[in-house]
Amino acid sequence: MRGDSKIACVSRRRFLATGASSTAGLVVGFYAPTSNGFFARMLAESREMVFAPNAFLRVATDNTVTVVSKHQEAGQGIYTGLATIIAEELDADWSQVRVEPAPADRDLYKNLQFGSQGTGGSNSIANSYEQYRRAGATARAMLVAAAADRWRVPSGEITVEKGLVKHASSRRQASFGKLAQAAASVPIPAQVTLKDPKNFTLIGAEHLPRLDSRAKTTGKAVFAIDSSLPDMAIALVARPPLFGSTVKTFDAAKTKAVPGVLDVVKISTGVAVVAKSFPAAKQGREALRIEWDESKAEKRGTPEFLAQYRSLLEQPGAVARRDGDCIRALARAARTLTATFEFPYLAHATMEPLSAVVRLSANQCDIWTGDWDVSGVQDDASRITGLTAQQVHIHTLYGGGSFGRRGSGASEVVEVAKAIGGRFPVKLFWTREDDMRGDAYRPMYLHKLDAGLDEQGNLIAWQHRIVGQSVLGGDPGFIIDGIDVTSVAGASTLPYDIPNILVDLHSPVLGVPVDKWRSVGNSHNAFAVETFLDDVAQAAGRDPYQFRRALLMKDPRDKSMQLVAPDFMKPGLFAKFPRDRGVLELAAEKSSWGTPLPPGKGRGLAVHYSFRTSVAHVAEVTVGSDGGVRVDRVVCAVDCGVAINPDVLRAQMEGGVAFGLSAILYGAITLKNGKIEQSNFDDYRVLRMNEMPEVEVHIVPSTEAPTGIGESVVPPIGPAVSNAIFAATGKRVRTLPLYPNS
Amino acid sequence: MSISLKLNNRTVQLNVTPDVPLLWAVREAAGLTGTKYGCGIAQCGACTVLVDGEPTRSCVTPVSSVSGKSVTTIEGVSGATARAVQSAWEKLDVAQCGYCQSGQIMSAIALLQQNRSPTDGDIDDAMCGNICRCGTYMRIRAAIHEVAQIKGQLSHAGR
Repeated sequence: MRGDSKIACVSRRRFLATGASSTAGLVVGFYAPTSNGFFARMLAESREMVFAPNAFLRVATDNTVTVVSKHQEAGQGIYTGLATIIAEELDADWSQVRVEPAPADRDLYKNLQFGSQGTGGSNSIANSYEQYRRAGATARAMLVAAAADRWRVPSGEITVEKGLVKHASSRRQASFGKLAQAAASVPIPAQVTLKDPKNFTLIGAEHLPRLDSRAKTTGKAVFAIDSSLPDMAIALVARPPLFGSTVKTFDAAKTKAVPGVLDVVKISTGVAVVAKSFPAAKQGREALRIEWDESKAEKRGTPEFLAQYRSLLEQPGAVARRDGDCIRALARAARTLTATFEFPYLAHATMEPLSAVVRLSANQCDIWTGDWDVSGVQDDASRITGLTAQQVHIHTLYGGGSFGRRGSGASEVVEVAKAIGGRFPVKLFWTREDDMRGDAYRPMYLHKLDAGLDEQGNLIAWQHRIVGQSVLGGDPGFIIDGIDVTSVAGASTLPYDIPNILVDLHSPVLGVPVDKWRSVGNSHNAFAVETFLDDVAQAAGRDPYQFRRALLMKDPRDKSMQLVAPDFMKPGLFAKFPRDRGVLELAAEKSSWGTPLPPGKGRGLAVHYSFRTSVAHVAEVTVGSDGGVRVDRVVCAVDCGVAINPDVLRAQMEGGVAFGLSAILYGAITLKNGKIEQSNFDDYRVLRMNEMPEVEVHIVPSTEAPTGIGESVVPPIGPAVSNAIFAATGKRVRTLPLYPNS
Repeated sequence: MSISLKLNNRTVQLNVTPDVPLLWAVREAAGLTGTKYGCGIAQCGACTVLVDGEPTRSCVTPVSSVSGKSVTTIEGVSGATARAVQSAWEKLDVAQCGYCQSGQIMSAIALLQQNRSPTDGDIDDAMCGNICRCGTYMRIRAAIHEVAQIKGQLSHAGR
């Protein structure tokens, strides 16, 4: 594997094999109580085997600080973020900091919110913040103790700054590298003091260079699709044209005659062609003759689903939120409004299609992957091979985008490796067409909203019905009273001060595979809520900004309501008051809300809370005489607690706006008689350079614990643009995308 | 079957058939994986290489068609423009997931070699064939302008 000077993508095993004496030093891990034994074990290992992985950082005698990232880097900047947190508490110099991915070890590297090793839910920084701070502070305390012992001075007189440990009165100083070996013998402090956030110098620094930029600018960053082993074969899988069908019989005679084809094997998802090269595998796959058993396949298409969903939209569903008596309030309202919305299936369309490399022997399975669900990959491989989880080694590589895709895409290649008896290592990847037609999609949804206003134009009733598949596949931890809480996220958690609210849900079961897609349920719920609220403001004769602001004057957490959610989610269902209003006001101010725009232009606003972060966008659009929409500018305001890396945060905001725009302008996966109609970027359009607006990001200063950002930025961009189009034209967008079949 | 190719200023013999796309010859036969597969139909630009200095989608270019021509991949870029582009990319931390960035950089180098101070419209024209799903377009544009500005200052100073 290659790595550049900053990112050391080298496994522990390779370190041990090549000898480690030149970089002996200090290893510091999670501050876990010693009662479970693992920390003590880790420390023992660290002294004997310097590069033991059970740690979040190590300081080597060459003065490098290597941070071990328990989270997968798929572009969101987590390598830089976790390294910043440790470097801050360690008082390291940024130039000495490196990062490497953690090996699979769910005890040590679990996501503290998931309980397993994985990256998602925009919680990487949030769940690691205190853990990584403590890891850094512990290492600092041990370096200080080592220096105090060596210099025979009180540790209280020692300071650390930019990687140098100093004793001012005796004018002595030493680098971390010089103290590393001595620090490794210092007893672990039982307690460490974390910095007061107001003394941060690296956290919140305007621009710390990203640790992955060099590798990604020189072509040296290694993704799973790039990894290579001696004698490695390439596998492509022929998957069924209809979801839910299986292989009945297949004829591989012509395939086996293709030069370079090594083997053809049946696996659970289809038939795999194993060859010496991608072109040979592709040619071999085209020559396959497969008869599919379609008896259990999903044969319906988008029109049939729409008809079913429209019928469900008229029937009461499972209640997700109930405040007051909405039905009665609607019946008594002086004025009512109603609207329905249609959201299509969406593909993730990551730039790197799914890919993984597997090397299987009788007692070990090595997997090179960029998957986010490390524990899931390990469990799947263990189940398929019959090996123990400990015999499955995961080598995490950069992920070429995720957005909810790339969960456990390694199962197929493990099956292939097993089917060929591990004769040679195998790389399996998906072509773009495989990926577009075989994704697990953002589900299609239909929404119906009803609102009631009293004589004075006050919003007194809000009813919201949602119809669409659950992405959780019956996970009992999240499905309560028939409610998949992710399907209603951002709808049942409506923060507005409305006395009567009713949100209900239908979760029809279909044969189309679905999964989480950047911001999950918020991706459609925010659109419906925030555009319908604009309609209500219009009906009430109020300015959309002032109307929202007035509805955000009370803390929703003080309101009596019936809201279905698992207990562990309850503390974060609503934003800390008054963060939502804060970002709304900031975005309005920075966008000069209310100032006139030339004809043909419009300004729209939306605010949404998700993944514990509040985001408001103001979009400015130009609508041409042909109806074509150009998004000129987006002003974003965000409150995510302390911003670890403001520039990485801005990058996420800019990119999230682009991701959201792709979906609302063009994104649509449709089915005809069970078959996906799209296949590649020519018929599944995404945003391009010439369509990118100027994005301006304003971050609310904060010293509070950090929250998510990767997903939180996406939900409000669609409604902000839709509201801007309405402001420019008086026309309301309720069916997405804006440009189907373009 | 073997094909002779001038790749990154070195003549190499690659064991591929003539109809194999240049992308797979480069990635699998030459082992240079900085050039990426994204779509296979010249829609995304992740596979962009330079053929005699021209940005070319290697996923639809048969390797036989570049015989006798000079092919440059991200691993082989050199010269003042390439250095300035990579340096601006790093300075502005353009990359997120980074998968498309080799192709973006190759397109940007070709643009800046042919046009010392591209306008926003020129950048749109040259770069709209390169998709980035992370949405780094704003920073790509800023990095290209930055290179043009630095090069402009250097040439103005007569260097």
